[in-house]
Amino acid sequence: MDVAIIDSGGANLASLVYALQRLGAKAVVSDEAAVIRSAPRVLLPGVGSAGNAMARLRAKGLHEVIPQLTQPLLGICLGMQLLFDHSDEGDGPSDGGAGTQCLGIIAGKVARMTATTQLPVPHMGWNQLAVQQDDPLLTGIGSEAWFYFVHSYCAAPGPSTLAQTVYGAPFTSICSLRNFRGVQFHPERSAGPGARLLANFLTLV
Amino acid sequence: MQFRDHRVVGDILELAQRYRDQDADELVFYDITASPQGRSVDRGWIARVAEVLDIPFCVAGGIRSVAEAEAVLNAGAEKVSINSPALSDPGLIDQLASRFGSQCVVVGIDSQTTPEGWSVHQFTGDPDRSRDTRRETLQWVSEVQQRGAGEIVLNCMASDGVRRGYDLAQLAAVREICRVPLVASGGAGTPEHFAALFEAGCADAALAASVFHSGAIAIPDLKQFLKSRHIEVRT
Repeated sequence: MDVAIIDSGGANLASLVYALQRLGAKAVVSDEAAVIRSAPRVLLPGVGSAGNAMARLRAKGLHEVIPQLTQPLLGICLGMQLLFDHSDEGDGPSDGGAGTQCLGIIAGKVARMTATTQLPVPHMGWNQLAVQQDDPLLTGIGSEAWFYFVHSYCAAPGPSTLAQTVYGAPFTSICSLRNFRGVQFHPERSAGPGARLLANFLTLV
Repeated sequence: MQFRDHRVVGDILELAQRYRDQDADELVFYDITASPQGRSVDRGWIARVAEVLDIPFCVAGGIRSVAEAEAVLNAGAEKVSINSPALSDPGLIDQLASRFGSQCVVVGIDSQTTPEGWSVHQFTGDPDRSRDTRRETLQWVSEVQQRGAGEIVLNCMASDGVRRGYDLAQLAAVREICRVPLVASGGAGTPEHFAALFEAGCADAALAASVFHSGAIAIPDLKQFLKSRHIEVRT
């Protein structure tokens, strides 16, 4: 096995599995702590809402397992947002109106993006990155590379920001802290540059 | 397009890869006869497409339930697009948005010009069943957003297929009340039509089918043209 993909519920793990398959990587989809702990690398994808995903992780005790991991981990989209302390998503009455407590690995919070007629939300489309710090994840990826984003929430740039992207305001498009990394875009749907980023991740130890 | 025949699926895969290699930003697969015929999209081909495609794609046609949408998304599609079923059961939009998130729920709207404005049509894939719902387009655009649509594809029927340009007046009226991405559809005939759409700022993306399928416009040429007009495109 090259990588374990954490099953955090929601649909659409298929596109990530296929992307890894195209790179010749052996991926296992799992929500079992033992499998995830022993994997050489871990991917934390996420489609759906922060509240649902955290509830799924808690139900399996993974909210305690993930922050303790020492192998390279990459959160994708919602999976990146879950690395932070808190998300505003899940502000509804059923969530107590307090948003969602996340994994607390990276300090900071995830906030809803503000929609205007010029900048609709969800932010959907291809954007470029302004890289703030070099990282092996970005080997061979130039500043002209485009990545595909689909999200309504984002993290403001902070000390852990590796790259940022502007949509109305700048937001964190790649973050990194120790062995934990996160990308706000979808590398599995970002053509050549996305494949290169995933291939880079698969070389991390 | 018919998706049931294996040979046709082969053509779909080839076409999908060709557009991907030409730097299409997203693909939408329409099974336009699905809703009028009361059947769902045959999903076998979706996983095959997802295996080879590394750009986002959306599947439309006869998705009438959360379970049907889930199967399409699980097969590897990014988004589902609903049109006629949303008109029959608007609550479906709410259900899909709450289950999967707004970002994967696209609502397609077939809108016809009337003496008073614009009205929404249903079952447009079948000339015998196509009908005017008497719903006012702008009102429907507002409603689907309130229900959780994450993207709207507005197909302007009066300009569809005639290749005389996008319906900028209608798109501008919709853009004014649209807080989610708006995709323009219907009318593209020349690269100039795409430039006019983006320069008017009344859509976030342009969708076209026949000019690409026929080879009348090659996507790389179109992107270079738009770039020369200082419109930001991925190349």
